[in-house]
Amino acid sequence: MQTAIRPVDNGVNVTALLGAREALAQAPAAARFTWRASCDWVNGTHSRATIEGYHGLGEEQRHKTRFTFDADHPEVFASEDHGPTPVEFVLVGLAGCLTAGIAAVAQNRQIQLRSVTATLEGDMDIQGILGMDGDVRNGFDAIRVTFEIDADATREEIEALVAQSQKRSAVYDALTNPTNVSVRVK
Amino acid sequence: MIDGLRHRRRGPARAVTVVVIGAGQAGLAMSHYLGRRGIDHVLLERGEVAHSWRHERWDSLRLLTPNWQCRLPGLRYAGPDADGFMTMPEVVAFLRAYARRLSAPVQTGTTVLSVRPADDGYRVITDRGDWRCRAVVIASGAFNLPQVPALAAELPPTIASVTAREYRNPGQLEDGGVLVVGASATGLQLADEIHRSGRPVTLAVGEHVRLPRHYRGRDIQWWMEAAGILDQRFDEVDDIDRARRVPSPQLAGSAAPSTLDLNALTDRGVELVGRLAGLRDGRLQFSGSLPARCAAADLKLGRLLDAIDGWARDSGLDRTAGPPERLPPTRVPDSPRLGLDLASGVIRTVVWATGFRPDYSWLQVPVLDRKGQLRHHGGVVDAPGLYVLGLPFMRRRKSSFIHGVDDDARELGAHLAVYLDKRNRASTSLSGSCGRGSGKLQPREAADAPDMDSDLGGHPPVHGPGRRGRSIGAGGSRQEQGRSTRTDCRAREQ
Repeated sequence: MQTAIRPVDNGVNVTALLGAREALAQAPAAARFTWRASCDWVNGTHSRATIEGYHGLGEEQRHKTRFTFDADHPEVFASEDHGPTPVEFVLVGLAGCLTAGIAAVAQNRQIQLRSVTATLEGDMDIQGILGMDGDVRNGFDAIRVTFEIDADATREEIEALVAQSQKRSAVYDALTNPTNVSVRVK
Repeated sequence: MIDGLRHRRRGPARAVTVVVIGAGQAGLAMSHYLGRRGIDHVLLERGEVAHSWRHERWDSLRLLTPNWQCRLPGLRYAGPDADGFMTMPEVVAFLRAYARRLSAPVQTGTTVLSVRPADDGYRVITDRGDWRCRAVVIASGAFNLPQVPALAAELPPTIASVTAREYRNPGQLEDGGVLVVGASATGLQLADEIHRSGRPVTLAVGEHVRLPRHYRGRDIQWWMEAAGILDQRFDEVDDIDRARRVPSPQLAGSAAPSTLDLNALTDRGVELVGRLAGLRDGRLQFSGSLPARCAAADLKLGRLLDAIDGWARDSGLDRTAGPPERLPPTRVPDSPRLGLDLASGVIRTVVWATGFRPDYSWLQVPVLDRKGQLRHHGGVVDAPGLYVLGLPFMRRRKSSFIHGVDDDARELGAHLAVYLDKRNRASTSLSGSCGRGSGKLQPREAADAPDMDSDLGGHPPVHGPGRRGRSIGAGGSRQEQGRSTRTDCRAREQ
């Protein structure tokens, strides 16, 4: 449709994604994925999480490399600050998910991206986690995401990219809707 | 005992070429075209003509389409109020007059219990005897059963639960607060009416389609029709499955012209919350996605109005129509409520305006997909001689509207005639031997079928000069571009 001289390339293989959508329509069971993380306590509030395997497309899968992440709390919490706080990892997850979605939707809509920058803020009243006030929740009471996007598109088209990315985002859904979480001891 | 009764009454099956299930606008329109082709048929109707309109709608409901748009094959609205909106008794009178005029062969008070394949066609079993037929047209509607989320069953007994199908008027609700779940045409209208009755309403808003009643001095339906949006065909959109799932636009038909949208409800004191997402420990949970859903609906509305303006400009209407308008953005509370404790007494009643689905429990033909939807291609169901009418975006964006059934019934009637003709020739040449396994006899799409009517099926002939190739419908959006459902459809057509 677009008479661009260079083909739009955001580095997203949309054909493969759409192909997967069609293949999974025939075999919906393969669409069931289980994501995994493991985590070891190091010392104090410092822990180290490892990501390697997951299940999907009907079989065990493996990342190309094993990823490790250190989580800790900053010195104002009397901790040693060996890594981001767990709630900051939540913001990382949201940012990564929305940004990936923007790239994929832009590719599908033939919009060339030049830069995409997200700034995230999550508000929290720590009276909740400190157990000081039962009316204050532990988690974020608000999250704000601001995107700055430079692309070959109108402002309306860019806003539509961001809207569609939210609509199809797993982390956005996980944060805005309740999820059954079970925690047990082996 | 019941079986015995049925057995006695059953007797030999009557034979007819086509059984049409349902005598609403869809069944009657099909009767019109079958009659013109001299194809003998019967309409089996569980109640009377226009039964759902009479018995399964709330009291104050009016059609979402203006009177001038209420057209059926061979019939136009001729009353005094072309720009008004019919009440339900008026719709019923309109359809009954049409049935009388057609002399439609309607057998009322007849509930279809099952349809199953039989030699050379189908056997239709009803509570008033059986029928043998060559073809079946399902015209029983798309909105038979309320679609209610599973958590409705977990509401505490102190909370009343009412579906949009059961709801008639606010007087049937207890005093006290009401949660209306769903913000499409039904949810908005019920929220407005219930809130005006003095019962404070909280409205749970998920994905929705915002649409003004009037635009640039005309009813929005005039623009949608004139610009060719309502005629957009199922094989022209890139993701028809998604287009068929788009919720009904936020429209209301009323005596006085007005737009009912979320801002109007906010002004009247209705509290907006996000989609109802869960119920845990006696507490309703609402999604935090309300701002995103409202922003998305505003964006889509903006794209639709852009498309309409472009069409108006290219069609030379800019001088006669009013100036382009843009609606103020949907206002959302700063921090929408995320939970509601049912024990607090704030809510006494939950009204489910969460949509409807068709009832195919009687259909004993393996044509349902894993979601319980009919597998069909533009109304030609995946079983020889089986057709459906009146589903959302079935052949065109207007397919589930009263005026939308004409084109669909004409094309499917043509398809059905070709099918019967081929079956006839096949059974003659096989001289009475079993005509089964005749999948190859399936006629091609109606667009290719000979049609006695002048306007052949296929691409609608009328689109304004400025009509663009890309999707401009309320539910259509650029996001679907490039997806390959279109090739899918084509492949199935072969």
